[in-house]
Amino acid sequence: MSDAFVRVDAVSRVFAPHVSLGDRIAAALGSAVDRRAVRAVDGVSLDIERGEVLGLVGESGCGKSTLGRMICGILPPSSGTVLVGGEPVMSAGHRPRKRTTRVQMVFQDPYASLDPRMRVGDTIAEGPLAHGIVTRAAVGEYVAAELARVGLEADAARRFPHQFSGGQRQRVAIARALAMRPEVLVCDEPVASLDVSIQAQVLNLLMRLRRELSLTMLFISHHLGVVRHLSDRVAVMYLGRVVEVGSAAAIYDDPRHPYTRALLASLPKLILEDDIVVTFQAIEGELPSPLSPPPGCHFHQRCSMAQPQCAQLAPPMRSVGGGRIAACHLLPEA
Amino acid sequence: MSREGAGSSGSALLRVRDLATHFFTRTGVVKAVDGVSFDVDAGEIVGLVGESGSGKSMTGYSILGLVDAPGRIVRGSIRLEGRELTELPEAGLRALRGKRMSMVFQDPMTTLNPVLTIGEQIRLAIEAHERVSQASARERSASALSRVGIPDALRRLDAYPHQFSGGMRQRVAIAIALLNRPRLILADEPTTALDVSIQAQILTEIKSLVRDLGTALVWISHDLVTVSALSSRILVMYAGRIVEQGPTAAVLRTPRHPYTRGLVDSLPSLGAPGRDLAQIPGNPPSLRDLPEGCSFRPRCPRASDACAIAPETSEGVARSWRCHHPLDLAP
Repeated sequence: MSDAFVRVDAVSRVFAPHVSLGDRIAAALGSAVDRRAVRAVDGVSLDIERGEVLGLVGESGCGKSTLGRMICGILPPSSGTVLVGGEPVMSAGHRPRKRTTRVQMVFQDPYASLDPRMRVGDTIAEGPLAHGIVTRAAVGEYVAAELARVGLEADAARRFPHQFSGGQRQRVAIARALAMRPEVLVCDEPVASLDVSIQAQVLNLLMRLRRELSLTMLFISHHLGVVRHLSDRVAVMYLGRVVEVGSAAAIYDDPRHPYTRALLASLPKLILEDDIVVTFQAIEGELPSPLSPPPGCHFHQRCSMAQPQCAQLAPPMRSVGGGRIAACHLLPEA
Repeated sequence: MSREGAGSSGSALLRVRDLATHFFTRTGVVKAVDGVSFDVDAGEIVGLVGESGSGKSMTGYSILGLVDAPGRIVRGSIRLEGRELTELPEAGLRALRGKRMSMVFQDPMTTLNPVLTIGEQIRLAIEAHERVSQASARERSASALSRVGIPDALRRLDAYPHQFSGGMRQRVAIAIALLNRPRLILADEPTTALDVSIQAQILTEIKSLVRDLGTALVWISHDLVTVSALSSRILVMYAGRIVEQGPTAAVLRTPRHPYTRGLVDSLPSLGAPGRDLAQIPGNPPSLRDLPEGCSFRPRCPRASDACAIAPETSEGVARSWRCHHPLDLAP
């Protein structure tokens, strides 16, 4: 057993459709009722060391956001556990579940994640007041300090979200998360909805805060360049499973798993030479539906190296050298 | 080769001069497009880049005549194959749209009609411009689908949009745009909503399609990377104006306008991991309340008093820019 700061141990999350009485009657009468469940996250184990930034990449529908929500304690796993500093992020048993405040989250869309009817100062103060982190007498100063930390003026506290630009709203969302004094910050596509020139501002802010506050971070993004820039280690997900984990340099400079290789090769690069003929290395085929994932290795139908065994048995995660672990039958264990 | 004021004889396929599209709202006039000039030659791929609100999409809509009230084209000229589009009545534009010029939109979820089969939607696009029999419409529809890499095309004609994945839907949208072999296609962020592995497939296909059909393509995007890989010429828009244009690789290698430089430098893939990214300070200006003079002035590291007067477009040989203090060519 590892003793990493954040431990994700064999976590799965299944979303099953609600089968109503009407559906059951329809099924009894012989009509087709779709009861297939989506296994959004399928037996994922990950470690994050204290002070580390783990990047989590994958295409849409691969389960990366669901995993992030379970690490944050927003969503209970169907099976498996998430521990932060040896403590479960969500208590077992029934509602109301006790959730940890040691993990906080920054969401993708700051237009949707901030209450439009609450003043920004109240949004930031709500959590710390409820948890007794700050007294009502000191809350004004507390909020002003949190706003200053993310580069906003103190008078921003009196304004509403619609009075801010997208980049400023994302700063407010970061301030709200940090006001809870978290040890772990989960960022789910924090710059995806921002303009190019604003993205760099928010990424620089996140890197500065990480240094100043010694934050542990899970950085979720489909943008491979951004993840490379921020992360110490990177985990690659495909259709609910983690397929490769390693240092950012190892994953980007020498990927081992066929999916990681194909994903990186499909990435267009900035071309600065004249008269160069660009060819795009596309991955063949489509993402399979998560309702009916292929048997065995989820990637085998699109994999150029697939062997018969790949269609039968899901490969386990194992060390493949260079501090990397990957799930592929074709990689020699090292 | 395109340049402003060089006395172009009008040989370009598309010739836009001093185009301005403004929106007259209760809270003021929004100058979404404000004096844009460029040419697109036959068979050429041109990248039109800018942030949201820069006017890049509205430039595309203006060319197709798709500007809705309270917006309208207030001045300028748009010539497609020598024909002035700003003076055409709606019926005349409708005859051109989908025939001589067409558009691919960002979100294939919303551009296809969810209650019509793919085959019906393609047939409608054919019938908008000519009379065809059911059988030949079906045959042409199927060949249009297989041209964009959709397998089993004849059977897929009877499917509804929701039965297609996002990438497949965007292929259908591209197939419809290419249906009547238009001379010009405007594509507005067509791969932004797609996953990277699907994006590479679409880029490969659209590149070979426009080459095979000799169609000119204006690729509207905020993504410098796809534009660099796809287009031979680039137009950079900021606050309703083109601030720099020229051959794509040369412009991105040695930008002359400080805004272009800022965009290139802020790309995470170029910096060393973990280091601070170069960032453009401030926010894009509100189009209701543009700064006096050069719109980029409040965010520009090179701004001076001269910038209080809006710079004219320079007259380079192949490249041009709107800046009083352009950067040196040496890297």
